[in-house]
Amino acid sequence: MAQTIGEVSSFRDTYLKAYRGMLLARVLDDKFASLYRTGKIAGGVFLGRGQEAFSVAAGLNLRQGDIFAPLIRDAAGRLAFGETIFDAIRTYLGSAAGPMRGRDGNVHRGNPRAGYLPMVSHLGAMVSVVNGALLAHRFKKIKGTVGVACLGDGATSTGAFHEGLNQAAIEKLPLVLMVANNQYAYSTPTSRQFACEDLVDRAVGYGVQGHSFDGNDLTACLKIVGEAIESARRGNGPQLIVGRLLRLCGHGEHDDSNYIDPLLRTVGYGRDCLKLAEEHLLKEDWADQTLLDAWRNECVHEIEEALATVRREAGPDPYSEDWSALSSRHLIEGQNQ
Amino acid sequence: MSITYLEAIRAAQAKALADDPRVFIYGQDVGAFGGAFKATKNLAREYPGRVLDSPISEDAMVGAAIGAAIGGMRPIVEMQYADFSLPGFNQIVNNAAAFYWRTNVPCPITIRLPSGGIAGGGPYHSQSLEAIYAHYPGLVVMTPATVEDAYSMLLEAVAIDDPVIFCEHKHLYNHLKAEHLPTEAMPTGKARIARPGRDMTIVAYSAMVHDALAVAEELATEGMEVEVVDLRSVKPLDTDTVMASVARTGRLLCVGEAWPWGGVTAEVIARVATEGFGLLDAPPQRLNAKDTPVPYHPSLWAVHRPTTQSIAIAARNLIRL
Repeated sequence: MAQTIGEVSSFRDTYLKAYRGMLLARVLDDKFASLYRTGKIAGGVFLGRGQEAFSVAAGLNLRQGDIFAPLIRDAAGRLAFGETIFDAIRTYLGSAAGPMRGRDGNVHRGNPRAGYLPMVSHLGAMVSVVNGALLAHRFKKIKGTVGVACLGDGATSTGAFHEGLNQAAIEKLPLVLMVANNQYAYSTPTSRQFACEDLVDRAVGYGVQGHSFDGNDLTACLKIVGEAIESARRGNGPQLIVGRLLRLCGHGEHDDSNYIDPLLRTVGYGRDCLKLAEEHLLKEDWADQTLLDAWRNECVHEIEEALATVRREAGPDPYSEDWSALSSRHLIEGQNQ
Repeated sequence: MSITYLEAIRAAQAKALADDPRVFIYGQDVGAFGGAFKATKNLAREYPGRVLDSPISEDAMVGAAIGAAIGGMRPIVEMQYADFSLPGFNQIVNNAAAFYWRTNVPCPITIRLPSGGIAGGGPYHSQSLEAIYAHYPGLVVMTPATVEDAYSMLLEAVAIDDPVIFCEHKHLYNHLKAEHLPTEAMPTGKARIARPGRDMTIVAYSAMVHDALAVAEELATEGMEVEVVDLRSVKPLDTDTVMASVARTGRLLCVGEAWPWGGVTAEVIARVATEGFGLLDAPPQRLNAKDTPVPYHPSLWAVHRPTTQSIAIAARNLIRL
């Protein structure tokens, strides 16, 4: 069926929105990297450079009421899901005003009441947590919601991934499991991570639908991730999505990533998704270089302003901290142990 | 009418399901089969759709409970045996336990661990894991020793907003009976003087309370009055009640079915030694299982954990110190 002008226009709008989300995430990540290098951030900084197209497609296709459990490289998805750059910066700087109040930081942030789940470092663990949130929707007869859990190729080796995917399949939950196959788990290449041809082959083993594609191609990401999420929303059960990518940075900013095979940068999935999206915008005449530059400047300006505000915010006060891990006040043990 | 410890656990779950539509039960074989120990017998029929069989996936069972709790539910997870909670350990300690402190959003889940030894249980069906869970901030660890506590504490476990590790003792399931279920309960976090005495204090919890009481009975015939303190929960640990008892008796023996290294008995003794050294007329003593995996053969198992005989010997020795 020929596309109508309306559909073309709508896809262009979606593409532009996605591109601007990718750009904001990239500029924010670059800012975190520079803050890290100047010693302004405690702990590590983990960037999504090269994964923005895959990540933004998840965030953009979710609605209020859906569940989103992003991974360390999902700044683009987080922002597209509705996270403010303030909350992103607050967690990295440990602001008491941030959602984690300085108690947890950087990429471990979330807002569980809004369906935005804070990850734990034990990758794979969040899959079943998303399943549980979807089960809660089922118990409460909330219909038409989906949950997205994000993993890297390394996390597919964990037991939690297998248990979680199997559990979702058994319960026919609307889980969309997004695996960014970025070729390295820290320094471990995929050849030491799994022996199957393509991770998507695992889908059939669990009785779920699988999708595998070039995760640098924003058009493919928007289309396939969008379709998979809609399919889950319609009740077709879990979807396993595998995006072929290359991590265009170290595991964290402490890592110079000199182990990455330079040949990988020359293959299809080794390109930079942001540059590819820019080329597409220019080729389609949806934007010109002046406009792209203006958008980047807007992002820089917005982030600098937010950063200036957050820098004035207080960190947690260790002397007024209640140092209690329980909410049941009567069960808290004496503080003088 | 009499009701067993196991029936009290089933009754508490039935009441929780009846009283609160947010409660559901998730675990291996808990549905139509009614659970390996029948702790959920008939509940799937009485509460259709709310008692779910899980795959053999302890990590995913706990993870799903966490997600459901965040989503406003109050899941009860049955681990078929306490030993099997270990594949779910990561979710319990790194996700559930840390969740409220990190996010300010409560994680109200109850994880039932059929704990402790039974004859023939062997290394993988007999463990007592309360100490390793108590080590982690953010968990409440309940160890009921009576039918009444099994009922009322399980109801509280489901009602409170924090994750609870509910260590129910398998040996007590059918051995322990009460005339009726309580309508009022002693608060969790308070230890109970199970038997008053003036000559020494035995602190115990879970099934060991009953062995300690039997020893107290035996030593009373020899003229020694032993006070038995039932901790009821090991986290929180009621140091005040223990200390007050030691202040009365001057002697402390702490008995636990679990392994000695870094366990609950070590914690009790550390607290009494550091905070109540002046109350003691003799060095505090402890008695635990042997520091080996739990043996299979009933005759090995019987002496692997503290027995009335070994507790009585330790008590007599302590009195003479």
